[in-house]
Order: sequence, then C-alpha cells, then structure tokens
Amino acid sequence: MEIGGSEGLLPVEEILSRYRNDREKLIPILQQVQEKLGYLPLAAMERIARAVRVPAVEVYGLATFYNQFRLNPPGDHQIKICMGTACYMVGGQIALDSFERRLQIGEDETTPDRRFSLERVACVGCCTLAPVVVINERVEGKVTPTRVDGILLELGLEGLPEQKNSASEEGGKTP
Amino acid sequence: MSEQVTITIDGRELSARRGEKLLWAALRNEIYIPHLCAWPEIEPPEASCRLCYVEIEGRERPVTSCTEPVIEGMVVHTRSPRVDRLVASAFELIMSDHHLNCAKCPQHKRCELQKIARERRLRLRPSRLTALPRRGERDDSLKTIYFDSGRCVLCGRCIWACRELARVGAIGFSRRGYKQAVTTFGDLPLAETACTECGECVEICPVGAFSYKINAGGERESL
Repeated sequence: MEIGGSEGLLPVEEILSRYRNDREKLIPILQQVQEKLGYLPLAAMERIARAVRVPAVEVYGLATFYNQFRLNPPGDHQIKICMGTACYMVGGQIALDSFERRLQIGEDETTPDRRFSLERVACVGCCTLAPVVVINERVEGKVTPTRVDGILLELGLEGLPEQKNSASEEGGKTP
Repeated sequence: MSEQVTITIDGRELSARRGEKLLWAALRNEIYIPHLCAWPEIEPPEASCRLCYVEIEGRERPVTSCTEPVIEGMVVHTRSPRVDRLVASAFELIMSDHHLNCAKCPQHKRCELQKIARERRLRLRPSRLTALPRRGERDDSLKTIYFDSGRCVLCGRCIWACRELARVGAIGFSRRGYKQAVTTFGDLPLAETACTECGECVEICPVGAFSYKINAGGERESL
C-alpha cells in the first residue's frame, strides 16, 4: 500500500481549518479530503487523526468500513466490475478474477503506474448484459475472460507478463 | 454510597449494587452467563457478542445481561428455550470463522470459548453453518507478543485495553462483515506502531488471539 507524501497534504490542512476538529466531524472531513485528493493517503489519515485527537487506527477503521472511501488513487482507467445479483450469478467473479490476474492487482487496488484501478460495484442497471463491467464511463456487456483481454488491449495494456500469452491465445482462436 | 438491591436469579435470592449490570452481579455470585465482549470497566458495554442473553420476568424478549442494570425485585432466568436458541446461534456464528486448533493454542483449557461450550453444552465446531475460518495471518513482528487473527473473535476488548489501560491506541477494528479484523493503522506490523508490548491486550484477550511468545526454555520472551 502506498504512503502519500507530505507534499499533497496542504489541501488537508485547508480542510481541517474549516472544521471544528471534533471526532463527530471525521466523516465529513474524510469526504472532503477524498474529493480533493481523489483518495485517502495514509499520511492524510494520520494528519486528520492528530487534528481530531483519536488514534490513527480509528480513522483507518472508518475509512475501511465505508465503501465510499478509497485508500488507493484512482487509475487513469477505472475498471468497475458489477457484482449485482444477475452479474454475480453469471460469472462477475470470473471477470473480476481475470482483471486481477491480468493487472496483477486486487480489488480496490491501483497498478503501480496508476494506469488502472479495479473495484467492484453493485448493480449498474443493465442486467440483461450481465456480466457487466464499466470502463471509465463506458458499459461493457457479457464480459468473458477473452473479452477482458480484448478490453485491456483496447486500453493499450502492453508489456505486462501475461500479455504475450493471452495475445497469442487470442490470435490462435481467430482463424 | 452503593445501595443494595435484592434480585432473584434462577430461584436464588441475592443482593447486588443498585445500577450494577446484571451480568456482573450474576458472575460474582457464581452464576455463569456466557460473555466475550463484556468487561466490567468498559462503559457503555459493547453488547456485540450476543452471548449473555437472559430472561427477565415482565420483559417481552430476552435481553443482554451486560447492558441491563439491576433493579429491586428483578426476577431473572439465565436459561430458557429462547435464550438457549439465541446463544447457540450467536456462538455458532462466532465459531464459524474461528480457526479451530485447540491443541496448538496457548489458551487451551483457559479459553473462554471452551468454557462457553462446556457450560452450555454447545459444540465448538459449527454443525449448521459452513466453517469459513479466517485466513489467520500471524503478526510475529514483536519480540514478546504475537497476534493470530485466525483465533480472534472480534470482541474488541484488546482495543479498549490498548487505548484506555495502556494509553497507546495501536490497534482498532478495520473493514467490516467477514473481512472485519483487529488491525493496526494501515495494516502495518505491530512492531512498526506505537506498541510498547505492555501485554494488556494479552491479559484481556478471552481467546488465544493475542499471546505471549514462549522461548525454547518454556518461558516468556522478555524485551
């Protein structure tokens, strides 16, 4: 997990100055900080904990409890896997596993180059297309592991270890 | 200052301090009520383990005895079909994600889970629920203490002890649902936190999650 540097903490100071530094205000403070920074770096959570005078681990507990908070920066390409009932039933987990394997990151994580981030969402609202994946704002339906390779290729993913293998597999299937 | 009241538990008349929680009045009089998250000084009680249910006459439903102040003339039954059912379900839920390996656990024979199972004739191994033991990642980073999250029952007593007794605040709950766990800030190893290895967490842990490290000579490791 990445530890945010102190250079990015100025917005945190600014937000803290706007609130009475009280435990009750933790959630709004975290929301504001995330809106500003895109995520909650550990350094920011430590700073907030000091201001509100609670152990840092309490802020961490709050940030990991609520789905709205993210601990990793959003990637250039945000990949959201639908795990609504329909998608779950027809293999949403397989799509998620495929992305995890190809990007070598887990759920709620971001690739070290910050190009891709992965998260699971509840129903996207187009169950007939299940399993559904939302890439940035674009909806992809009926996502099979082969389609996962195709999506990543379209997004310009090259050079990761499994790239060669799956590309040749796909090439082998086409004729 | 304390005013005594007379209550009846399982047909036994006994006296207790007014306002005291029923659970402690019962335990002091050697009437056992299962409990994990309760601790006399933890106020208000967490009431999260759902094990200390009792029936109080005049009350519609079973109540948790850790949250119930005693009042004059209270008539309590520690067992009833409803209570037994609630406790059995709560206990089975707790056991369903417990890494069960008593023979290798330092709390073997002193474990609160074993005591509850014995007292209430419950099975340690869940029978109705599928066992989904937590992947117990053992934090071995400290010199004298280790933490095995696979054994943790999420009672939260260690978190209270670390904050209120040790005044350190190195541990807390993180995540939720099946993934909920006692962790440090950022899931760092304990050795990289403010932990002083004071041992309050080990002393208060009802199971074998926080334990002392034992050296080859069978003695506790020292700092």
